[in-house]
Amino acid sequence: MIRLEPRRHHSQKMVYLSPLLAIVLTLISGAIIFAFMGKDPIEALYTFFIMPINNAYGIGELFVKGTPLVIIAIGLAMGFRANVWNIGAEGQLTMGAIFGGALALAFYDSTSVFLLPGMFVMAAIGGAFWGAIPAWLRTRFNANEILTSLMLTYVATLFLSYLVYGPWRNPEGFNFPESRAFPNAALLPIIYDGTRVHLGAVFALLIVAGGWVLLTKSVVGFQLRVVGQAPQAARHVGFRQKRMVWFTLLLSGGLSGLAGMFEVAGPIGQLQPSISPGYGFTAIIVAFLGRLHPIGILFAGLVISLTYLGGELAQISLGLPSAVTGLFQGILLFFLLGCDVLTKYRIRFGSASKSGEPA
Amino acid sequence: MTAMTGNTTGAIEQRTGSGPAQLEICGVTKAFPGCLANDNISFRIEPGEIHALLGENGAGKSTLVKMIYGVMQADSGDLLWEGNPVTIASPHDAREMGIGLVFQHFSLFETMTVLENIALAMNDVRDMAVLRQQVAEVEKTYGLPLDADRHVYTLSVGERQRIEIVRCLLQNPKLLILDEPTSVLTPQEVDKLFETLRRLANEGCAILYISHKLHEVKALCEHATVLRGGKVVATCDPRAETAKSMAEMMIGQKLVAPDRGVRPAPGDARLAVKNLSLVSDQQFGTDLKDISFSVRGGQILGVAGVAGNGQNELFQALAGETEIHGTPDCIILDKQPVADFGPRRRRRLGAAFVPEERNGHGAVPDMSLAENGFLTAFRRMALSARGLIREVPTRIFADSIIKTFDVRTTGNSAEAGSLSGGNLQKFIVGREIMQDPGVLVISQPTWGVDAGAASAIHQALLDLAAKGTAVLVISQDLDEIYAICDQVVVMAAGKMSAARNMADASIDEIGLLMGGLHDLGGETAPELNGGPK
Repeated sequence: MIRLEPRRHHSQKMVYLSPLLAIVLTLISGAIIFAFMGKDPIEALYTFFIMPINNAYGIGELFVKGTPLVIIAIGLAMGFRANVWNIGAEGQLTMGAIFGGALALAFYDSTSVFLLPGMFVMAAIGGAFWGAIPAWLRTRFNANEILTSLMLTYVATLFLSYLVYGPWRNPEGFNFPESRAFPNAALLPIIYDGTRVHLGAVFALLIVAGGWVLLTKSVVGFQLRVVGQAPQAARHVGFRQKRMVWFTLLLSGGLSGLAGMFEVAGPIGQLQPSISPGYGFTAIIVAFLGRLHPIGILFAGLVISLTYLGGELAQISLGLPSAVTGLFQGILLFFLLGCDVLTKYRIRFGSASKSGEPA
Repeated sequence: MTAMTGNTTGAIEQRTGSGPAQLEICGVTKAFPGCLANDNISFRIEPGEIHALLGENGAGKSTLVKMIYGVMQADSGDLLWEGNPVTIASPHDAREMGIGLVFQHFSLFETMTVLENIALAMNDVRDMAVLRQQVAEVEKTYGLPLDADRHVYTLSVGERQRIEIVRCLLQNPKLLILDEPTSVLTPQEVDKLFETLRRLANEGCAILYISHKLHEVKALCEHATVLRGGKVVATCDPRAETAKSMAEMMIGQKLVAPDRGVRPAPGDARLAVKNLSLVSDQQFGTDLKDISFSVRGGQILGVAGVAGNGQNELFQALAGETEIHGTPDCIILDKQPVADFGPRRRRRLGAAFVPEERNGHGAVPDMSLAENGFLTAFRRMALSARGLIREVPTRIFADSIIKTFDVRTTGNSAEAGSLSGGNLQKFIVGREIMQDPGVLVISQPTWGVDAGAASAIHQALLDLAAKGTAVLVISQDLDEIYAICDQVVVMAAGKMSAARNMADASIDEIGLLMGGLHDLGGETAPELNGGPK
C-alpha cells in the first residue's frame, strides 16, 4: 500500500526538486503520447526539445520568447505571493502594446532617440491602467480580481482588433488589418547579430534582479509575503491588504504592458490583431514553475520558451498539430502541482509506521 | 495483533476493584512521525469513579482520549471494556458501547435549535416528540435546564456546554469523558457542573475528567493519572495532594512562584479608555458597550471574563486592528488620542500588543524567527533602512530575544511554526518586551503554554511593570489574574465592570461579575431580579 504521510516541516529540498521531477515526468508522458500518435518517441522528443536550440539562432529564439514570459511572470509572482490573483496579464500586455504603439504610430516619421523611452513609459502606464481596473473593483466593491482581470483580457484584445481593422489600419497597406510599420527609432535594437535577441532581453534580466531585491530584501516585499501567508498577522501589524492589491496589480500590469510593447517594438514591428501566443497566460505557469521566485522564474521562462519553439518545429518537421505546445505546458503544470504535494507529505510504502513495537 | 501471554501487569500499578474495571487501558502506544504521543500507557477506571487525567499540553492526553473514543487506533496495546478486550473502530462504536465525550470546543450548529443539535448527534432518532420528552427528563433529573427550542447562537457558553452534556446523557453512558470542560465557565457554573457529575458518578457512571485546573481536580476527583511526555509518570489521590504538588508531578520539576519585585509607585495613566462603544463587524460577535478603564505606569490590570464576551473586540480596538473614526479620544495612549490610528502609528507611540492566537496572528508560521522579529519591531528597533531590510541587525535582534527569553530552537532561521506553543509564545512576548514598550496589551498570555514557559512569561510581565510600563492582561484564567495582576476588571456581554484591587476581589465576586450580574438591566440575569412583581 502506498500512503502519503504528513511531514513535520516543509521540505526545502522538495521545493526545488519538485519542478525538476515535474519536467522529467512531462518528458515521459510526452514520449508516451508521441508513441500513441504513431511517431518515434525518441525522435519526436529530440525534435521538440533539442533541435530548436542546436544553433545560435535557435538559442536566440529561446531568449526572444523567454523575454516576455519572464517579465510578466515576475510581476505576477509578486501578486501571487500576496494572494492577489491577476489572471489578466494577457490583456495588460495588449494594452501596453496599444499605448506604446500609439506613440510609435503618432510619430511614425520620427527619428528621435526619445521615442523609444517614451514608448516604455506609455506601455507601463497602459498595462498598469488595465491592472488598476480590477484593483479598484476589488478594493471598492470586493469584486474577485480573478474574474475581472480575466474578462478585461477579452476587452483589450477586441479593442486592439478594432484599432487595427479601423482607425489605425495602415493607409498604404492594401487593406490588411495591420498598422503602419514602426519607424526605426521605435524599434528595439538587436543586441546579438544573426539572431532576433533585442534590448528587451537585457531589461528582462534587470527586472529579474529588481524583482529579487524587492521580494527578498525590501520592506515592501516583506509586507506582501506577510499579507499572503498570514492575513491576520498583516492586519495585526498594520500592513494594509488593499494597498498590496493596488501595488501588485499596478506592478504586474505595468510589467505586462512593457512586455507587450517589447513584442510589438521587437520581433513584430507593428500592431496586428494578434500580438501574443498567450504569453500572459503561459506566464502563470512560468511563475509557479519558478516557485514564485525571480531566479527560478528566469529558468522556468527559458524552459517554457522551449516548448513554444519545440511546438513550432514539431508542426513543421513531424506534422503534429500546434496544440502540442499547449498540451506540454498543461501537462507540466499538472505534474508540478502534483509534485508539490511532496513538499508537505512524504510517500511511504507498506502499512502503518513501525515505531513503538511492544517490547 | 499482539498475542501477549502472561504478565502485562508487571510494571503496572494494579488496584483491585470488586469487579472488572469499566475501562482498563493496557500498555497503549501511539506514535506520530517524530513523536511518541503515548508510550505504554496503562490505568483503569472503575464504575462510579471520577478519574482525573492530568498533564501539560502535549503530554498525550488528547491522543489517548481520541483512541478511547474511536477517532484513532492504537499502534499497540489493548482496551478492556468491563473486562473484555474491545476494538473501538469509530465514535459511533464508542457511543454504542456507552462512551460519551464532551469536547473542549463545542461542536454545535449556531443557527439550529437546541433540540435539533441534540438530534444530530444521536445515533438514531425516530421521533422528535419522544426525543423532546427524553431531553426534558434528563434536564429534570440532573438539574440541567435548557430551552429545547432556543437557537444556539442566543445561548451562553455555559448553556452550550449543557447541550453537549445532555447529548451524552441521553445515550445512558457508562463512561463520560470531559475534556477541559470548565475552561469557559464561571466559578458558579463550575460548581453546578460538579454537582451533576457527582450525581452521575453515584449512579455508577465512570467519569474521566481531563483538566489542568488542579484546584478543581482536587475538589472533584478521587483518583488521578499524571501523564508527561506520553508516559504515565505518577498516580495519586488528588484529595490527599496539594495543587502545587500535582503541578510539580505534571511538569517534573519544582514550581517557583512569580516574584513581584519592587514596584515604583503607580504613575500617570498611560492607557486610558473612555466610553468606548463599538459594533462588532463579525456575525455573532459581541458589541462593546460603553467601556472605560485606565492603566497606569507600573501597574498590571487584568481583564477577566468568559471567552466571547467582547475580549477579542476589545483587543482589536486597542491594537488598532479596528480603527474607530469620529471619536479619537475614546482611546488615549500617553495623553495622545489614538482611536483612529492604525497599529503602526500606535506602535510608534510606544504601545505593543500580543494577540491570543500565536500562529498566523502574532507570528507568521512559515517565516523564520528573524523575519518574525522584524514583523513588529522593524521601526522601533531600526531594522530597516531606505525601504530595505537590514539583515544583520534583524538577525541580532532575533538572537537576543532567543537568548534573553530562553527560546528553545535551532536558531534564528528556524520557522516559527516549528516551535512548540510555549517557545513561540516566549519569542512573541520577548519580541514585544525587548522593544521596551510604554504600554503592553497582551491577550491570553499563557494559553496552551507549558508550566515552565508560563512562569517565565509571568515573570517577564512583572519585570516589565516594575520598569514603569502599563500592562493590560486579558485572560480567561483566573489563577493567572490572581498571580500577576494588581487590579482586575470583568467583561460580560460586551460591558466592563469597575476596577477592583486584587486584594479586595473575592473569587465569588469575580465569578458573579463574569456571569453578567453587574448588568442590572437584567437581560442576562433574569433570575436575580425576576421574582413575582
